[in-house]
Amino acid sequence: MKRFAFGVGGWVLGIVLAGLSAAALTAQQPSEIQLVISGEPGTPPRYAVPDFIALTPDSADMAKTLGRVLWDDLNFEREFYMVPRDTYATIPLARTPEDVPFAAWRELGADAVVFGTVQKTDANTVRVQIRLFNVRSRQSVFAKEYTGSSANPRLYAHTMSDEIHQQQRALRGVARTKLTFSSDRNREKIAGPVDNRDVKEIYIADYDGENQRRVTTNRQLNIMPVWSPDARSIAYTSYRRGYPDIFIALIYQGLQETPTNGVGQNWLPVFSPDGTRICFTSNRDGNPELYVMDRDGSGVRRVTNNPAIDTTPTWSPNGTQIAFTSDRPGQPQIYIVGADGLNLRRITTMDSYADRPTWAPAPFNEIAYAARTGPGFDIKVFDLASGTTRQITFGEGSNESPAFSPNGRHLVFTSTRANDRVQVFTMGRDGRNVKQITRDANNYTPGWSN
Amino acid sequence: MVQLNMNRVAMALLIALAVVVVACGKKAPVTQPTAPPAATAPPARPATPPPPPQRVEESLPVPEQPLREDTIGNKSLDDVNRASPFTPSFFALDSAELDNAGRAIVAANAEIMKKYPTWVVTVEGHCDERGTAEYNLALGERRAVAVKTYLIALGVAPDRLRAVSYGKEFPFDAGHTDTAWSMNRRAHFVITSR
Repeated sequence: MKRFAFGVGGWVLGIVLAGLSAAALTAQQPSEIQLVISGEPGTPPRYAVPDFIALTPDSADMAKTLGRVLWDDLNFEREFYMVPRDTYATIPLARTPEDVPFAAWRELGADAVVFGTVQKTDANTVRVQIRLFNVRSRQSVFAKEYTGSSANPRLYAHTMSDEIHQQQRALRGVARTKLTFSSDRNREKIAGPVDNRDVKEIYIADYDGENQRRVTTNRQLNIMPVWSPDARSIAYTSYRRGYPDIFIALIYQGLQETPTNGVGQNWLPVFSPDGTRICFTSNRDGNPELYVMDRDGSGVRRVTNNPAIDTTPTWSPNGTQIAFTSDRPGQPQIYIVGADGLNLRRITTMDSYADRPTWAPAPFNEIAYAARTGPGFDIKVFDLASGTTRQITFGEGSNESPAFSPNGRHLVFTSTRANDRVQVFTMGRDGRNVKQITRDANNYTPGWSN
Repeated sequence: MVQLNMNRVAMALLIALAVVVVACGKKAPVTQPTAPPAATAPPARPATPPPPPQRVEESLPVPEQPLREDTIGNKSLDDVNRASPFTPSFFALDSAELDNAGRAIVAANAEIMKKYPTWVVTVEGHCDERGTAEYNLALGERRAVAVKTYLIALGVAPDRLRAVSYGKEFPFDAGHTDTAWSMNRRAHFVITSR
């Protein structure tokens, strides 16, 4: 266990403006304390997150939202045991940090308790303050203030969760990350010569499924979106010109790029981890092969050269290798090749059909993919160091299109388990804690942002 | 599988016949009455003398080729595709190979393309839901290209053809049965200009 010499006492000030956080640390009243809150030996620390205190009457709803969302966010990484919120009823409400009833929290078994406040400073802005207390020592180990827009109070909870995970666990949380997927939820039909074809548009959502918003509005077939590493652009496959081609939506600018310059048909783009290149499938030389181009479409290099199908690329975390799907053995299987096209090797050998490889970020040296396991598919994970494979879904619906969270601890995927339709779910990398993200109509081929 | 394909071809022929009869009915020009080539008609006719209703049936217009071409020529592109003169060809699971039945359908479609030499056609490759969404884009591409290649071999100009894969995005039958899947593994012909 690390020990930190760290000052506490005054509020550590942070500023959140327009959804972007910039934290500034100032230390006052130096004192030697244990910064990391631990649980009983051999058990994770037990966290309690009650409602925040509304310092102005018009922030009462936000106060409830902040407590609830922060509890969910802290629960997501499974680093803490989260004391259920419905057991807090007997604990007296603290109005100030000095009033926190530590004895009552200790009685409930909490090792850590959050005290937070929220107040509206004018019509559109709020100030949110949080302290995380060690219940045993009664010391504040984390204290911050955020001010900014009142439009999305959940973002403050997400930011606090990520910062608490970083401080307490040296863990990169995902509470501020976003998902993207394709959906036919508008129930529109594509205009044209063939009737009854569903429009699919690209959507984004917070990592927990909240704030689902449409990105494309062309009323065509738009599928297989992926985030750029800076989480500001989404590359996807669109049929708006009557054939598949790659489009990039700069979602915060409302701009669109078409990097392939009308050469061939192109689909399934994926950004390199540094964001400078895009690997994709194209039929420009006669059959589906992999190519790499610079982000602006220049410098196209061919990666594969085989009469078989080569498709569905994913980059290794350092950008030197590409895993992909090829049917050169007769059925689709997962291969790895250098980004220069050299050193090809096959990694799946026990599956009759394998597709959609997705390479985990460091430190996890593994590739998830969809494998045919019966009438449908299940998600499996290939460990590159040991060469072993583990299965993490087990025939509950058909499970497809896995993509890793940026910290590698979770996957987003689609499943038919909820109903007759295809929905987006998240789960831990061990297959546990499955959470349904979408419910409306069908939702396909998800991606997860940094 | 062969049985299925035969049924499908027979059904396609029946549908094509029905389309022709309906299409001709709209025009209703006065032409020389001839009995329509109905398979069930000959055995019934010799037994009974022709009553008035039968005369009405006999006055139905003849499905002549020029008339049929005019009918298609007067329709909008969308309407032509809705009552398409083309028949989709079908594929086995995970396969992009045209079997005998598939080749016969594509050959018939090639004849129609030769009859309308200005038409430009998109050959769409489709897959059933038992493959993954990602890989199916490539499999559908291979199916569309297989049909396009055969059409070119039959004498259709390459610049009149475009192959486009839709993977499993647009199932013809949304069901989850063998029948639905076999209907969804198809090459669909769409006239994009004429």
